[in-house]
Amino acid sequence: MSDLSNATPAPLGGAASGTPAVEMDGIVKTFGPVTANAGATLSVGAGEIHALVGENGAGKSTLMRVLGGGFAPDAGTVRVLGRDVTGWSTQDAIRAGVGIVHQHFMLVPTLTVAENVVLGSEPRRGLQLDGRRALDEVRALSERSGLRVPADRTVAELSVGEAQRVEILKTLYRGARILVLDEPTAVLSPPEVEELWTVLRRMRGEGATIVIITHKLDEVMAISDRITVMRHGRTVERLATADTTPTEIARAMVGRDVVLPSFTSDAVKAAGEGALQVRDLTVRDARGVTVVDSVSFDVAPGEILGIAGVEGNGQTELLEALAGLRAAVGGVVRIDGRDVGGTSVRRRADAGLSHIPEDRHRRGLILDYSVADNLVLGQQHHFARRGVMDRAAVARNAAEKVAAFDIRPPSAALPARALSGGNQQKIVIAREMGRDFRVLLAAQPTRGVDVGAIEFIHGQLREARAAGKAVLLVSADLQEVLALADRVAVMYGGRFVAVLPRAAASEEVLGRYMTGAQPRNDA
Amino acid sequence: MTTTALPASEPRPRGAVRAALEETLLPPVVALLIALVIGDLLILAFGQSPAAVYRLLLEGTWGNAYGLGQVLYKTTTLTFTGLAVAIGLRAGVFNIGAESQLAAGGCAAALVGLALPAGVPGLLAVPLCIAAAALGGGAVGAVPGVLKAKFGAHEVIVTIMLNFVVLALLNWFVASKLHVPETLHTPEIHTGAVPRLSDAAAAFHGSAANATLAVALLAAVAMGFYLFRTRRGYELRAVGLQPDAAEYGGVSAGGVWIRALMLSGAIAGVGGINYVLGYKHYYEEGFAGGAGFLGIAVALVGRNHPGGVVLAALLFATLSQGGLAIHALVPKQMVEVFQAVVILAVAVSVPEVRRVLLSARRVQA
Ligand SMILES: Nc1ncnc2c1ncn2[C@@H]1O[C@H](COP(=O)(O)OP(=O)(O)OP(=O)(O)O)[C@@H](O)[C@H]1O
Ligand SMILES: [Mg+2]
Repeated sequence: MSDLSNATPAPLGGAASGTPAVEMDGIVKTFGPVTANAGATLSVGAGEIHALVGENGAGKSTLMRVLGGGFAPDAGTVRVLGRDVTGWSTQDAIRAGVGIVHQHFMLVPTLTVAENVVLGSEPRRGLQLDGRRALDEVRALSERSGLRVPADRTVAELSVGEAQRVEILKTLYRGARILVLDEPTAVLSPPEVEELWTVLRRMRGEGATIVIITHKLDEVMAISDRITVMRHGRTVERLATADTTPTEIARAMVGRDVVLPSFTSDAVKAAGEGALQVRDLTVRDARGVTVVDSVSFDVAPGEILGIAGVEGNGQTELLEALAGLRAAVGGVVRIDGRDVGGTSVRRRADAGLSHIPEDRHRRGLILDYSVADNLVLGQQHHFARRGVMDRAAVARNAAEKVAAFDIRPPSAALPARALSGGNQQKIVIAREMGRDFRVLLAAQPTRGVDVGAIEFIHGQLREARAAGKAVLLVSADLQEVLALADRVAVMYGGRFVAVLPRAAASEEVLGRYMTGAQPRNDA
Repeated sequence: MTTTALPASEPRPRGAVRAALEETLLPPVVALLIALVIGDLLILAFGQSPAAVYRLLLEGTWGNAYGLGQVLYKTTTLTFTGLAVAIGLRAGVFNIGAESQLAAGGCAAALVGLALPAGVPGLLAVPLCIAAAALGGGAVGAVPGVLKAKFGAHEVIVTIMLNFVVLALLNWFVASKLHVPETLHTPEIHTGAVPRLSDAAAAFHGSAANATLAVALLAAVAMGFYLFRTRRGYELRAVGLQPDAAEYGGVSAGGVWIRALMLSGAIAGVGGINYVLGYKHYYEEGFAGGAGFLGIAVALVGRNHPGGVVLAALLFATLSQGGLAIHALVPKQMVEVFQAVVILAVAVSVPEVRRVLLSARRVQA
């Protein structure tokens, strides 16, 4: 990372050199009884890449919404390029060149990529959207920035990684010079992360200022110039990346030492039948394209099978087909020897299938339901007596899970929407792992959760393995796959191109297969 | 817990409940205030004093027994149609067909009432007619439900078209088979009349208010229980909020849409007895008189909550009765303008509506 140390902040047009691009001071923001920001400060130099880190619920996203005009702070001042802009609106912020890519996507799924990008500032011909020009402009911008997207497809058809790129393009299209990325890498695979770094460095080179929120400390080390650490709504530490270490950052975030992930095998030696058996499973998408191409594998009780691969190579569809959310055109799926092909989601759940879906906001949670109600989603029939919900049982279940999985704030009556991203993920984990199951489909289980919680969730997954559960783990994070899986399969173009024992899998080997190297089967 | 911890870091759910309540109540209240201001301006534009007009409006509605009776009568029908639209919206479907479902329910109730021999006791006849009304309305509601679930047809379009088709069919049927010569209505029913309010208190004489109001309130309570206490209700609301998450939770969105639209139609249908059993004792062409459409406004202003729907029904009933009273000072259409402003202001602020409108956009594309 030689280009980090000599990164010289380029002065921004109009700004006196030395004036920070963003200066937030004493920001307080409360939501009813919850204090999200309790006097946070943030100072970002012009032309730097600044990492904002902290535990789930520390108040990072809230602080950035205050910056972007989404919330007015209860107290404190916000300065952008030296100008006091406290309490401005999102439109003001956009006009001033502050662009925010939120943690959860805000795209219109039924519109095309190009339409989404230009939405709000569309090129027009007469009264109509000039579709051709929009398309051309978006393609050119995508070319220039290095953010590759299929400009003419609808957003509903995109993988999460692609949708992310659309979000960034959207802010660039509106001329953002100060760009905030709220956990952009949570949904990206390692090659995509590298691409993003290239894009961000290029932007910095052109004088843009970037604030990036991430829970991955190696990313902080790789991309940032300076770091601000938040805890419980306050700023607790400001660090220069060159002078610090991941361990130091983690300690500042959590307030104690944290074990960073590493592989430990406590696999119950897989005996006999696979708890999950998949034979020749084939899935086509809405346009008839084969997205899962006669995939076969077993996951034994007490085993974690990891699936690595660049997002959009059939992982999503594979898991949806296994969960009963998507019809397969061929193949067999057995849970504990029982054929569940063609059965409903509920049947499969009752046969012992748990599922942590990759997209918690679309699938995993009903955001307007309370935490308690979300904690029974998919199990609601077991919490009803003669058709009437057993509210006492729902409340008991919630109290147990909130405590056991440390969901914060510990109030089951809040709507899931009011929780921070990481705590929302904990709701899903608590619901799916906090009950009796035989097979777990875990897609991006630690997406968006802080280091402490990753430690916890990884512990849970290992415990499940020790208890003889079969776990199918899909993660864009190779380190996570390598830290947990007993065997690693690589998915490319809808097929398993390799299945490797953990000992034979390394980032380089997996990386090669992920880009479509020769198929081989070692396990 | 040390006392040096962050202030208020321990959340009290009471705050959350209050916030939710504010979020629910604020839009309709603000909408009402806006409508009042615009109403005042309009009244002033007609050269009248707002206070005088409002006084007249209140005198003509709540100020005398007859007016109050009429308000309660209208409240009854609007409660049914409002609940019907609301249960649909809770499931994420927009039922524009309450008008024809109301008519179908009324017609079915009249048919059963006519078929029953004269001596049948009310305690048997009334429930039978109610059941018939629910079936009639429910059958009309099932059509868009099935078409949406099986073929993806948008319910807004289907229910609008069905309004024309069903009303035309009913008119044809009554006109060609059942009508009393020289009229547009069926013969009178002699069994299963619902008691009038004036039977109990003579002051209400002449007004149409009847015990169907109790059925409406009961329906509101039942719907609240269904939505918020039962597993089916949990699943229905889940589909309305996030169909993908509901599907993930093992709920078939198609099944819920069919059930919701059938229930919606059935509730609207039962509204038909207010007129048929409680008031005229026959089915007449056009008796729904727009109450089905006004039900959409009632549901929106009531925020799709059964309690809110009852209050909103009372408001719209008061306005529509009051329109007759203020006629002396300003055109009665003023009330319609007032209603329209309330509806618009609430509509833009209700998330359910935005969701449904967004999905309507997909159909156009
Ligand atoms: N709209 C809201 N209503 C109520 N509480 C909220 C709302 N938004 C955020 N909060 C609360 O504010 C606190 C900070 O949330 P925020 O989303 O800023 O955290 P974060 O640091 O971004 O966490 P994560 O890493 O999990 O995304 C949390 O306790 C959260 O529950
Ligand atoms: Mg966040």
